[in-house]
Amino acid sequence: MKLHLKFDFNAICRKVLNEKLLEHNIKHKIVGFGEVKLLEKVSADRLERFSNDLTAYSIEIVENQKSILVQKIKDTITDMVFNNDTPTNLKASAYLSDTLGHSYGYLSNLFSEVTYTSIENFIILQKIEYTKQLIINENLNLTEIAFKLNYSSVAHLSTQFKNTTGITPSAFQRIITKRRELKSQTN
Amino acid sequence: MHEDYINIILADDDEDDRLFFSDAFDELKITTRVKTFNDGVYLMDYLNSEGTVLPNVLFLDLNMPRKSGLECLQEMKKNDKFKDIAIAIYSTSASEEDIEKTFVMGANIYIKKPNDFKTLKKVLEEVVTINWQYYTNGLNKDNFLLRL
Repeated sequence: MKLHLKFDFNAICRKVLNEKLLEHNIKHKIVGFGEVKLLEKVSADRLERFSNDLTAYSIEIVENQKSILVQKIKDTITDMVFNNDTPTNLKASAYLSDTLGHSYGYLSNLFSEVTYTSIENFIILQKIEYTKQLIINENLNLTEIAFKLNYSSVAHLSTQFKNTTGITPSAFQRIITKRRELKSQTN
Repeated sequence: MHEDYINIILADDDEDDRLFFSDAFDELKITTRVKTFNDGVYLMDYLNSEGTVLPNVLFLDLNMPRKSGLECLQEMKKNDKFKDIAIAIYSTSASEEDIEKTFVMGANIYIKKPNDFKTLKKVLEEVVTINWQYYTNGLNKDNFLLRL
């Protein structure tokens, strides 16, 4: 006996995708052929697991391989800035390519393509964000912060802060303090 | 994963400024949707009506008839519904007093209106890019202050 079958590939793919997405508890909408819209924020970790699961069906997430790597670059940088245990004698570029196993040129191009900014700018942004936190929450002065974040001098940190935010660290501190006072008055 | 475009609103009573503003965004790499309003009353009516898609960044001119930028800022800061909007003051004034006052009142960005189109484009691109970083990286928006 022989069976003759007719396939609707589009429908099959949709069904597989839908089942897998449900299995991974990812809120989604299948937009069209080869495109899924995620309706919630999905961590890089979860996406990677989902992506691995799909390889059994020879389904590959095209765009998101890039996003995952970019997210890894960001995570590595954030960790590097906020976690003082990371080796400080290494340059950021060397540290990134060592940790992620790609050349710095590749990482750098990919990063700019996806995020509209460069790795260098992202590192500075993170450092300045950390500086803001330290000023406000831990009441550290700029000298202490410059030391903690491995700046060659206080002046360098101060200039970078001003260049990134347009205001000086002391103006920043003054504004946030006043803002808090204003808030506590109105509440 | 994220929205593909950024929603922008400008409230400004000067027609030329509104036009330059929209044109500048048209030429940027990042895709934006720009909406403009002539004054603070129209703006707040729009923002307060049900079903409105709130902007990612709102640009406020300080001197507008009927309702000024400062009044809009104050109103918005009282309503939790607006807490995710980055508020940019877009003004001809560059007095330190104005700048600090608006920051203290809760503005995130202060832009002195540039005199030429090229600078305007550069400035707006910087605002959108940095705001995008805050938005996509979960940075603490309470600490988001930018002066251009």
